[in-house]
Amino acid sequence: MREVAVIGIGITKFGELWDSSFREMGIMAGLAALADAKVSSEEVDAMYVGNMSAGRYIEQEHVAALIADYSGLARDHIPATRVEAAGASGGLAIRQAYLAIASGMHDMVVVGGAEKMTDVGDMESNAIQSSAADQQWESVFGATSPSLHAMIARRHMFQYGTTREQIAQVAVKNHLHGSFNPNAQFQREIDLKTVLRSPPVADPLGLFDCAPNSDGAAAVVLCSLDKARRYAEAPIKILASAQASDTLALHSRADICTFEATRFAARNAYKQANIGPQDIQLAEVHDNFTISEILAIEDLGFFEKGKGGKAVEDGLTKLGGQIAVNTSGGLKARGDPIGATGVAQIVELVTQLRNQAGKRQVPNAKYALAQNVGGTGATAIVHILGVA
Amino acid sequence: MNVGIVSYGAYIPRFRIVPPEIGRVWGSDGEAMSKGLMIFSKSVPGPDEDVITISVEAARNMMRRTSTSPKEIGALYVGSESHPYAVKPSGTIVAEAIEASPHLTVADLEFACKAGTAGIQMCMGLVGSGMVKYGVAIGADTSQGAPGDPLEYSASAGGAAYLIGSQDLIATINGTYSYTTDTPDFWRREGQPYPSHGGRFTGEPAYFKHVSACAKGMMERMGTKPEDYQYAVFHQPNGKFPTRVAKMLGFTDKQIEVGLITPHIGNTYSGAVPLGLAAILDVAKPNDRIFAVAYGSGAGCDGFDITVTENISHFKLDAAPTIQQLIERKKMIDYATYAKYRRKIMMKEGGS
Amino acid sequence: MTTARFWRDNATRYNLMATRCGSCGKVTFPPRHVCPICHRRSMGKMEKFRLSGKGEVYSFTLVHEAPAAFELQKPYIVAMIKMDEGVMMTAQLSDCEYAEVKIGMRVKATLRKIGEEGAGGVIHYGYKFVPE
Repeated sequence: MREVAVIGIGITKFGELWDSSFREMGIMAGLAALADAKVSSEEVDAMYVGNMSAGRYIEQEHVAALIADYSGLARDHIPATRVEAAGASGGLAIRQAYLAIASGMHDMVVVGGAEKMTDVGDMESNAIQSSAADQQWESVFGATSPSLHAMIARRHMFQYGTTREQIAQVAVKNHLHGSFNPNAQFQREIDLKTVLRSPPVADPLGLFDCAPNSDGAAAVVLCSLDKARRYAEAPIKILASAQASDTLALHSRADICTFEATRFAARNAYKQANIGPQDIQLAEVHDNFTISEILAIEDLGFFEKGKGGKAVEDGLTKLGGQIAVNTSGGLKARGDPIGATGVAQIVELVTQLRNQAGKRQVPNAKYALAQNVGGTGATAIVHILGVA
Repeated sequence: MNVGIVSYGAYIPRFRIVPPEIGRVWGSDGEAMSKGLMIFSKSVPGPDEDVITISVEAARNMMRRTSTSPKEIGALYVGSESHPYAVKPSGTIVAEAIEASPHLTVADLEFACKAGTAGIQMCMGLVGSGMVKYGVAIGADTSQGAPGDPLEYSASAGGAAYLIGSQDLIATINGTYSYTTDTPDFWRREGQPYPSHGGRFTGEPAYFKHVSACAKGMMERMGTKPEDYQYAVFHQPNGKFPTRVAKMLGFTDKQIEVGLITPHIGNTYSGAVPLGLAAILDVAKPNDRIFAVAYGSGAGCDGFDITVTENISHFKLDAAPTIQQLIERKKMIDYATYAKYRRKIMMKEGGS
Repeated sequence: MTTARFWRDNATRYNLMATRCGSCGKVTFPPRHVCPICHRRSMGKMEKFRLSGKGEVYSFTLVHEAPAAFELQKPYIVAMIKMDEGVMMTAQLSDCEYAEVKIGMRVKATLRKIGEEGAGGVIHYGYKFVPE
């Protein structure tokens, strides 16, 4: 297995990008990543595109060829592959590129992630996102993505005494972090009351407990570490890439307060990187809902099971805290264009490890982790990055 | 061969609305309407209920009270004037839901408010001839009255299911007699959401003429008089009509009291006599004799002469809710909620 | 058109058909061809049976924001129900007030309309739960 590095990153602003089409966003992020890597498109061996549901959002399938085409790569006839694992599509696209390079098949791969969500109404978007759950045995009965996470929240409150306020603090913190990120969808701080008084979505979760509908794209250029030094003085190394799955339906699990897929992926990632959770200084975790971040910081081993809510409340996951979680603002404030999210997480980690994160910079960061989740924890991808 | 009732079960949705609340919206005197019709509240189906779900609930309650295997059911009829589909049977879903499928005959029936009792007669014929061992007849409705129409004060929802057989009868059906003419007092054309009616024409020449003719014909054929029966139940589009027709025929208030449930739940149409009869069977003792006349607009009547058997004393009544329990299980709603549940609010196709 | 896709599972949705592994006894719902514990050893030994329909609320929520198909019902209660046979399922709670619902509350299955394909489309029926 060859070692793999990230040599280029690119991202669009996340939010309601009324003027930008799916293909435009994809190209903007991709070209920015290539420019950042100082790589010309002829040097690219392959492309992977993370996307959850272009078929339903913009009625366009076959989006890998589309992005390759509009990036000007059609002439080079490179293999272009779309990767889908609901919310984990972006992280999985990175992992596919990682595997392709690690195996020796390719040397240089571009990974894009994109979703154009605002071309449909909120209600339709809700229905599309619900299809990441078990369509025949959850969604059909009226279970939506927020409602499944609301049931996790209720159970976490019941089993561990986690409070509604602790859960809400995740949104407060991520909006604070988002205020330092010029690409974030929301760059305004909010207070606890705003979260608690936001319109109900699925009790106990309100609007401010949910990541928004977003448009956006992100891209990274991956390269074998041996070649990376030609392009970058300090390439960021992918120390671990791990993936795990679980039952598609939440109700098929013995305990819904733990995402076993996250635990398994994390365990394998720590083993591969030969470090432990205590070595991680910053993490981008999949806070599609506030409660998801609490599960994530527990399942990744940063805090004991049941203590995640308290850790958030005590400010341990804030910038400057014990571990900086979601410095980008997370899915909550940076935005969650589904297929782009997992790639955007890597963009943030690389920005931090390169010491280019400005006001949200975590000082002297050496190890950073990204956790990307699909559905209600049926897929989890964990990557650990470090300075080479 | 004796043919009769082996088991029965009922269902009434839990929502209720009161006439003054309806009157408030339309500027009518709801109190006066309530007194005039003798209806104090009417049942309203929830947004997830229709004739099929009501029929399934009733049929499952019926099966809970018997050890009969659903596989022995040879026929199943659902009588209603508000089948959810114009084309596609309700009965097939009911048959699947009680695991009676696939070796049976199923059909949906429509005859205004007497389609349920027509189903009982059809089952009697099939059982009596030996063609099937057991038949199921269901009368159920989620009838609609046009907003503001007097019908809106009464049209309600509910249903009852009867298992008809020839063994282990809790009640023997001694005879049945029908009286039918063509009398257009009430109708609904294909594609129309609400029925139309002939106003006062629905009274004398329709309900009263047919019910009394059928009742008299029935007693004549059985050689009986009103005092031979402990209980009587008549079709009850409101509380007034059956009370008056009972008096005209010589039945006492006491005889009709138990089976008269429309004042509490409104007019359940095809469910009306099946539910009234169920209320009587809930309390009947061995050898009690029951007189029943169902009426369907259009028009016709089905009369039944029934004798309760000794088996009623060990009937598993408690395995399912009684009519009294179903009447008492209620939640009052306002007109806005009622309008939403009954889809009287214009919605945008595909949502917002 | 989703008619056939729904029809295929009607027996399960109407009557809560589950499978029990003939090898380890584990109950699965909806029915499975392979036991998630015994894998190949369970092949051909998965017995179908009808769940009792009784269970208790494991977790629940009140849904305010829902896809168009559920517009008329919202807000509605969604719950995870732990059946007496040990298996869990997701369904709506009907015939009860949200304020009454508690973790551990006893419920039983009933058959209700769970959706429809517009005013002219097929109506889907399936289980919902009501207080026992």
